[in-house]
Amino acid sequence: MDLLVLSFTIFILALFVGVELINKVPPTLHTPLMSGTNAISGIVIVGAIFSAGSSEVSPTLAHALGFIAVTLASINIVAGFLVTDRMLNMFKRKG
Amino acid sequence: MFALINLSYLTAAVCFILGIKGMTKPATAVRGNQLAATGMLVAVVAALMHQQIVGYETIIAGMLLGGGIGVWLARRTAMTAMPELVASLNGIGGGASLAVASSTWLNTSAAGTVPGTAWSIAIIASIAIGAITLTGSTVAVLKLRGNLGDSRRARQWQGVTLLCLLGVVAAAAVFVSSALECPLILPVLVGLCLLLGIGLVQPIGGADMPVVVALLNAYSGLAGAATGFVLQNQGLIITGSLVGASGLILTAVMCKAMNRSLPNVLFGGALGGNDAT
Repeated sequence: MDLLVLSFTIFILALFVGVELINKVPPTLHTPLMSGTNAISGIVIVGAIFSAGSSEVSPTLAHALGFIAVTLASINIVAGFLVTDRMLNMFKRKG
Repeated sequence: MFALINLSYLTAAVCFILGIKGMTKPATAVRGNQLAATGMLVAVVAALMHQQIVGYETIIAGMLLGGGIGVWLARRTAMTAMPELVASLNGIGGGASLAVASSTWLNTSAAGTVPGTAWSIAIIASIAIGAITLTGSTVAVLKLRGNLGDSRRARQWQGVTLLCLLGVVAAAAVFVSSALECPLILPVLVGLCLLLGIGLVQPIGGADMPVVVALLNAYSGLAGAATGFVLQNQGLIITGSLVGASGLILTAVMCKAMNRSLPNVLFGGALGGNDAT
């Protein structure tokens, strides 16, 4: 139960950090920022790694879902960061 | 070792914070993105070092497959199709959360452990948000590409959505109280949540899709945070809530830039209000 309270504390504090981070973003950066934060949300790959490679009792279905999760999260991360970089580089050349 | 792994998660989270901060200014945006990518690498390596991980074959196969598809998608997509790509990546991330939550639950129920209420609620949140992000983003992509027209039956969709919502609440109650006795509850819950995602986005007009995508982006972050509660992983919680909160603020900023209010975007179609636009 203590760990849950601790986790909840971290959750709320991180929410505030997230709110404070975004202020006065120029409209041209909206799409790259969205794409960048989307790539960061691929952090769920950490959970996917646990599902795919855990040593605990695992039925085949759970293992297969773990594989799917790792694949999907990798697509999200790799494509997300590459595409954000592409978009931002385009702005640089223009400006 | 355990402390080292947790410190690595902290390092990753700091990289993400500085990265997002950098991405809000044109001059530092490219470096911010690279910093965030570095943070992701640190987090992945830290997760791989965990003692619990024994089989690397599946993980490496999934990473190679996903990474390959990712590179291909990022290179191939035309610059004009970026909003669609971001929306579909968003849906893919939601799908990943959904898969992780389902897999974890199957693991636990196979092991025969009786889960606590807080844990069950975290699983439900992870499944629901992940599924809504998955199907909601799919609808958004179809609308952005023009494959799916605006619905003239917003009211019917509203009814469907309301029914789904009630169904999800009922299924969630069963899930918390007696999930282990009826394993069928998992597919039922997943199915209802998937339908709910379609019902929530379908009545919204195509022109408002960028805002919807930004909101779904925030959802996928929150789904990650919920997964963090399931796995009791602080790194996931920090990063997920960070993305969730910044996504919500970004949504509000975009709404303001388009001169619209968020409730109007979300429920304008369903309520039949034509006062806007």
